[in-house]
Amino acid sequence: MKKIMITLLMTAIVLGLNAQEAKEILETVDKNMSSKNRIFESDMVIHGRRSSRTITSKTYSEGDKQSFTEYLSPAREQGTKMLKQENKLWIYSPSTDRIIQISGHMLRQSVMGSDLSFEDMMDDRKLTDIYNATIAGHEEIEGRDTYILDLAAIVDDVAYHSQRLWVDSERFVPLKQEMFAKSGKLLKRTTLSDVQKVQGRWFPMTMVYKDMLKDGKGTEFRISSAKFDQDIPEYIFTKAALKQ
Amino acid sequence: MLSLKLAFKNLLGAGLRTWLNVLALSFAFVLIIFYNGMIDGWNRQAQRDTAAWETGVGQFWHPAYDKYDPFTIEDSHAPISEDILKEIENKTLAPVLVSQATAYPQGRAMSVTLRGIDPEQEVLELPSSKLPQSDGIDYAIIGKSMAHSANLEVGDKLLLRWRDKNGTFDAREVEIADVFKCDVPSVDNGQVYIALSNLQEMLAMENEATLLVAGETFEMRELEGWDFKDNEFLLADLQAIIDSKKMGGSVLQGLLLIIALIAIFDTQVLSIFRRQKEIGTYIALGMTRAQVVGIFTVEGGAHSILAILLGAAYGIPLLLLLNKNGIGMGYAEDMAFDIPVAEAIFPYYSFRLILMTIMIVVVTATIVSYLPARKISKMKPTEALKGKLQ
Repeated sequence: MKKIMITLLMTAIVLGLNAQEAKEILETVDKNMSSKNRIFESDMVIHGRRSSRTITSKTYSEGDKQSFTEYLSPAREQGTKMLKQENKLWIYSPSTDRIIQISGHMLRQSVMGSDLSFEDMMDDRKLTDIYNATIAGHEEIEGRDTYILDLAAIVDDVAYHSQRLWVDSERFVPLKQEMFAKSGKLLKRTTLSDVQKVQGRWFPMTMVYKDMLKDGKGTEFRISSAKFDQDIPEYIFTKAALKQ
Repeated sequence: MLSLKLAFKNLLGAGLRTWLNVLALSFAFVLIIFYNGMIDGWNRQAQRDTAAWETGVGQFWHPAYDKYDPFTIEDSHAPISEDILKEIENKTLAPVLVSQATAYPQGRAMSVTLRGIDPEQEVLELPSSKLPQSDGIDYAIIGKSMAHSANLEVGDKLLLRWRDKNGTFDAREVEIADVFKCDVPSVDNGQVYIALSNLQEMLAMENEATLLVAGETFEMRELEGWDFKDNEFLLADLQAIIDSKKMGGSVLQGLLLIIALIAIFDTQVLSIFRRQKEIGTYIALGMTRAQVVGIFTVEGGAHSILAILLGAAYGIPLLLLLNKNGIGMGYAEDMAFDIPVAEAIFPYYSFRLILMTIMIVVVTATIVSYLPARKISKMKPTEALKGKLQ
């Protein structure tokens, strides 16, 4: 009886420590990945059935509430702008000179043919705010040791019921992320690489998003310039900025 | 009576010229009836099909629901009260729960609307009874057009991804239990029907619905917490489309009618020019100028009577044949337009339509006959008797 009690106590302590460690890992990941605001210049490589195309854009974002993206190339997409405020999304197309709000089924459409839907771009809260983490093990990815974290939602209004995260054990940057449906079905996989030190934090400069329910090679997102905690004028996050 | 006799005598005496005019006018007459009959028939069929498959005798919407505004779908659901449950058990109301989702047929992503429907409902013609509920597999039924665009058949599996009421993603495979044929695109295109209880469980909306469809046996009354929409409102779009089709068709009919009327006008001008001696004789015999104008007007107008008789001679069998066999439209596989179109349209010729068409043909033919005949009132009888040009 005594032995059983000791075993149970030890298990509880180990599990508690595991949860504590996992939480700390996730907090460090959030510190690396989140910032007050950021400005990215990036290339989005969309792989189609026959060919691939690259879309260059500049994105300003503040917290998880608002972001503004301007597409710079190719010529067909140049001048297209997108504004996100809370759970609303507007898109401006220079060819029609119109601002339209993306809603309902349109939110489920992919952004410019990529594996990212508009609604994927709407939810980017801190992981610690919405998930409880436990360490499921270790694995080596591209020569780097990673913690495997299993994340379970602690709030109701979360897009993915559970996630699995492979976090670089030294730099505390996720190198792989899998998002699951409530039913346990794998919905999306993100592979992150080219981790660089930017303004004192480790940050993955290349991300490959793959909608696991859809055929195709996924969408590559390469950040060419990342700046954190900059002075972004407030007007950038207004509808008026879309037409400028 | 005399003028009518004279008119017909003169008309028949003119031979081929009269019959060419009458033939042209009869084409316009038959075409007007045919086109409007087809539009009316289409309208009746579309309204009947839409009511049978989608709207019932009216719908009770959740106050936040607006079928034209996808923003509203997320918040448009409410629990079904005990009172309403009794109506559902009596098959007088059919609850429908609506949600948006993404379907992945053959690795492609396409936006669909999920509709939860009671498999035991009898209000709508949807074959909801083909949704088995008890063997642990999720089933769905889809329309022929949806099956065509997603390349699906009965027994195929379709992967669906949706967000529940909290916004959490979920995904599941459903098996296609039936592919139904329906002429109402809004019931078919991009719609996936699932048993109501399954969809309620999938969306975490137990015992909730977005709208309630009222059947013919429903005793109309207000339901607390639900807004009633009658078929006048629900079919307003269809009516607007029909009205615009009618308007478009009336241009063509007008042109055809004008061609026939120009021929009558031309004949009248020629008659008055060539029959001056006859006009002079009528006046010399004691007829007033107005009476002579009357004779010529009736003569021109009588073209329309002959046109109606001729039109009836070949039009009635033709139109009745079309009415019996319908006009094949082909199944609108693509359903490019969001309008209910059946495989065959059966024209509907109402008494009002026929009467109105007769009136239009007679009145317009009489007017164009009168216009050149007015010249007679200015003629000098002596000059006319001599046949001198005036």
